[in-house]
Amino acid sequence: MAAPASFLFKGKFLPLVLLLPQLIITGVFFFWPAFQAVYQSFLREDAFGLSSQFVGFENFTDVLSDPTWLQSFGRTIFFSTAVAGLALSVALFLAVQADKQIRASTTFKTMLIWPYAVAPAVAAVLWLFMFHPNIGLFGRMLNAAGIPWDYKLNGDQAMLLVIIASAWKQVSYNFIFFLAGLQAIPRSVLEAAAIDGAKPMRRFWTVVFPLLSPTAFFLLVVNLTYAFFDTFGVIHSITQGGPGKATETLIYRVYTDGVMNLNLGTSAAQSVILMIMVIALTMVQFRFIERKVHY
Amino acid sequence: MATLNVAGVTKRFGTTQVLHGIDLDVTDGEMIVIVGASGCGKSTLLRIVAGLETATTGSIRIEERDVTALEPAERDVAMVFQNYALYPHMTVFQNMAYGLKIRGRSPEDIRRRVAEAAGMLEIQHLLERRPRQLSGGQRQRVAMGRAIVRDPKLFLFDEPLSNLDAKLRVTMRAEIKRLQRRLGVTSLFVTHDQVEAMTLGDRLVVMHQGRAAQIATPMEIWSHPADTYVAGFIGSPSMNFLPGVMEAGAVRLETGLLLPVSAPLADGHKVTLGIRPEHLLIGNGGLTLAVELLEPLGGETVVHGKLDNGTTVVAKVPTGSVPGDTLGVILPLDKLHIFDAESGLRL
Amino acid sequence: MLEKRSLWPYLWLGIGVLIFAFPIYITVIGSTHDISTIGRGDVPLLPGGHGVENYSAAWAGGAGRFTTTPAAVMLVNSLLMAVLIAAGKIAISLTSAYAVVFFRFPFRMLAFWLIFITLMLPVEVRIIPTFQVMVNLDMTNSMAGLVVPLIASATATLLFRQFFLTIPPEYVEAAKIDGAGPMRFFKDVVLPLSVTNIAALFVILFIYGWNQYLWPLLIVNDRSLETIVVGLTKMIGTGDAQNEWNVIMATAVMALLPPVAVVVLMQRWFIKGLVETEK
Repeated sequence: MAAPASFLFKGKFLPLVLLLPQLIITGVFFFWPAFQAVYQSFLREDAFGLSSQFVGFENFTDVLSDPTWLQSFGRTIFFSTAVAGLALSVALFLAVQADKQIRASTTFKTMLIWPYAVAPAVAAVLWLFMFHPNIGLFGRMLNAAGIPWDYKLNGDQAMLLVIIASAWKQVSYNFIFFLAGLQAIPRSVLEAAAIDGAKPMRRFWTVVFPLLSPTAFFLLVVNLTYAFFDTFGVIHSITQGGPGKATETLIYRVYTDGVMNLNLGTSAAQSVILMIMVIALTMVQFRFIERKVHY
Repeated sequence: MATLNVAGVTKRFGTTQVLHGIDLDVTDGEMIVIVGASGCGKSTLLRIVAGLETATTGSIRIEERDVTALEPAERDVAMVFQNYALYPHMTVFQNMAYGLKIRGRSPEDIRRRVAEAAGMLEIQHLLERRPRQLSGGQRQRVAMGRAIVRDPKLFLFDEPLSNLDAKLRVTMRAEIKRLQRRLGVTSLFVTHDQVEAMTLGDRLVVMHQGRAAQIATPMEIWSHPADTYVAGFIGSPSMNFLPGVMEAGAVRLETGLLLPVSAPLADGHKVTLGIRPEHLLIGNGGLTLAVELLEPLGGETVVHGKLDNGTTVVAKVPTGSVPGDTLGVILPLDKLHIFDAESGLRL
Repeated sequence: MLEKRSLWPYLWLGIGVLIFAFPIYITVIGSTHDISTIGRGDVPLLPGGHGVENYSAAWAGGAGRFTTTPAAVMLVNSLLMAVLIAAGKIAISLTSAYAVVFFRFPFRMLAFWLIFITLMLPVEVRIIPTFQVMVNLDMTNSMAGLVVPLIASATATLLFRQFFLTIPPEYVEAAKIDGAGPMRFFKDVVLPLSVTNIAALFVILFIYGWNQYLWPLLIVNDRSLETIVVGLTKMIGTGDAQNEWNVIMATAVMALLPPVAVVVLMQRWFIKGLVETEK
């Protein structure tokens, strides 16, 4: 704004003091490590960790040509899509039900919202209790019914379990936003569609869903980011990436390479690749939000 | 209580010149109303006096003390804002006491002053309420109270009545005037409403495009407007303007009518004649209006009509005196205003 | 009336609630039985009589051959971490948003963008290098190490900035005329006006802090600093059937109860906070 500045306070020093804590923490714990990661991604340490040399993009080419990394990448895409798809569709369905004029909708809402507060790792533990092959209620039921169930041996079953446990927790979040989105749709628009002769199902897909699409898109990005990173706790507490590497996602791999195997160079290169992916996702989201603003 | 001297104040926002050199001297206890259309710079002038904006050039003196470079708090002024700017999380008492508290007054002193001001404004019963529990008029009073408790050298009002409904506005107008008289505090009052200006001000500053077009008492401005802008702005309905040319010491209107108005101008000089609608008299031998619209106001009727040459003329005449499609009006010579057609200045 | 009243929504929502409640129900039930009942896999659907003993075992740090960090210690750690993260984020975001909105100073936009950009990279992405920084600063195995790096918050800063921009400029002007300086205005006007936003944000950030996993896992080896979420999964290990599942389940209940309670009790603020931080 060009004109009056009278709602501002004078002073150059005070605002910097006010900003300082945030800037210091951001600088030390955000920019320093981020640059460190970029720097290290171009270095390689010798076997004893005594010296390191510049190796250009070698770490990147190593990572990108490593078939196990590429498998992790593909697995992450599958896992994230499944988690996002499941969490979004269940949440949308429940939100549509809760948006109908029914009694006790607040109670239902509360009952559906609280899993948001459960940590991903704890959510994983809850599902583990149910699907443990020996002590889990459903795990034992499946085995008793002749379906050999053991997520500790069967990679597909392990994947299924981490997907469900991850999606379960995220449904609440999506539910809150879908419901808010639905309630923001003016009643008159739906009434107009009804007068135009659209049946409920058709009304949903031709009127409600398009109006909800900004919310849905926003949630898609959030869910993908969640599935990429926050599900570390789920995987770590149920499968530790196993059996084999059946549930090793990219973020889990950064952890194993960097923390367990202390392979700093490739771990840093992987971090940089992940950063680029998140930045790309965020950019998409911002461009979209900008477009929404211009409506 | 104090005098205020504004000298050569200009203000520039980037490349836009908002004020072109304002001079104004206010005597102790005077109520000055700054009036003008939106964008004329009236609020900017007020805010410069308050210290919320800095003048690009020029100086402000309050009680002979140069305050040009001082912060608002150091100027000892109080301001009533258009939207009142009452802090929503504080009670009425806390709102009124805030400025005193910051200045480190003792609690007893604060209580006494707030009680006194609240009594004056008849808001004693509202002191424990919060602003959102008050009506518009009550908020207005609290905003006044906040100014009064400070016992400042100067009251500044920034269109404080514009958020009130018409009826309340009239009541509050009278109240502000009464209070200002009683307290005798030098005041600047900004408004775009000419009725407010006329009724409130000891003197008016009519602003136009960043300049003070005229500074005078309301009656002086009404009877001797300094230029066509002031003439058209003050008075309702607006003054009629008729283009004319000097001819042998008289003015020849475009309709052909020759009016023996004397002005020391050469023949052929273009002028604008002004006459207020209420000064037109019904009668023949003057101008003939083709009547387009009648607005009956009760005892009087406002007639909108057109001359042959297309100039619109508005007349205010007794109701029932308009016979038909045309109306003849006479222009009493002593009610005519002559302006230079080019500069718009009064001759 | 657009839809006919029908029972379907109730049915579907009922199933939904069941899916969400059942895992917790099973866990709560499990936490009231003895180790052999659960070890056999015969999880009953009704509560048993060993609740007190399981919870006190978990509270005190395991029983029999299993010993872990006492849940009491872990709960305190989690609580401390969550509260400090939430309070810290709110405090530094309030002041930085205040600086950006109510002042003009050199490099203001640069500072804003430096904060804003952190929005893009969650701690998980840069976890290893951040860990190395912590080692360099000798901040591992400390509460400060757990909390401080997670305090920087673009989201909270953006939220407060957004809110501050809606504060009528006349308040600042009135304050100036009243003689209030910037810090006084912050304390007397801005903070009281921000109370609901602070409360809403606190709920969200408390849960964010409580549920941290990867970061505490990395930073803390010292068992006395263990948080309950990490401690819980450490108890499970690779998921042996011989684990002391009854105590684990009691610990799980204690791990999820505080944040769930916060959400349920502060539902109004929670939803407000959630929806506004993501705008």
